[in-house]
Amino acid sequence: MLDRLRGGDESAFVELVERYHSPMVRLARTFVPSEAVAEEVTQEAWLGVLNGIGRFEGRSSLKTWIFRILVNRARTRGVRESRTVPFSSLEREGDEGRPSVDPGRFQDEGLWAAPPRAWEDQPEERLLSAETRAVIREAIDALPASQRRVIDLRDVEGLSAEEVVELLDLTQVNQRVLLHRARSKVRQALEDYLGGTS
Amino acid sequence: MILTRPPLKCRELVEIVTDYLEGDLSRRDRRRFERHIAGCEGCTSYVEQMRLTKRLLGRIPEDSIPAEAREALLDAFRDWRSETG
Ligand SMILES: [Zn+2]
Repeated sequence: MLDRLRGGDESAFVELVERYHSPMVRLARTFVPSEAVAEEVTQEAWLGVLNGIGRFEGRSSLKTWIFRILVNRARTRGVRESRTVPFSSLEREGDEGRPSVDPGRFQDEGLWAAPPRAWEDQPEERLLSAETRAVIREAIDALPASQRRVIDLRDVEGLSAEEVVELLDLTQVNQRVLLHRARSKVRQALEDYLGGTS
Repeated sequence: MILTRPPLKCRELVEIVTDYLEGDLSRRDRRRFERHIAGCEGCTSYVEQMRLTKRLLGRIPEDSIPAEAREALLDAFRDWRSETG
């Protein structure tokens, strides 16, 4: 892929763009205030990729290198834009210390009062239906930006914990906490949709 | 000296389930975790749900790139190619 790209092979570029453009726009959107700006930043990032490809040394995967360029640009742009948007709460999670599961579902001693029901009985078609996917998408979109970024990269894009830590300049603990909060909320949304407690 | 810790409660388990799935618990905490789910149906379901959540997240198909953006990028690519030769 790298050689084809450096050699000016258009189909290699098209392949990359089709694979990564949309996830890049989504990632950019967690740093900047609008869809239009996210799209713009992503276009810029692609130019950065083309201009930097000669210097890419392959120490990380091509994918994380491309995402890195995107994050750098989106972050810079986000800082600039937030100056014009007072009281920006882009980086505030707002749910620090909140439990992952509604405390009302436990007895006083901390054991389940309303335990979750197994999903094993759910038919695979239902789990993979467009409707279920829409529920998941909606749950992700409702997350604070910092959590959305992590769950998207880890679970949707399949990057490793190490890659995400590096890409977003997080500590390992922080990465895991953000992932945990995000996954817990998506699970809750799925439970609400698939059927309540036992 | 080995200090035995009290058994994990369901309310605590749901807060460390990601540490467990990520393989980041110490061996001792991992055993404590597994001992709990071995005897708790609710938490067994909970852990399974978290696993399935992760799996379903990995199955969301990507949106395709808008035609307009694709065209703009192709133009940029052709410019880049003619400049670098
Ligand atoms: Zn339990």
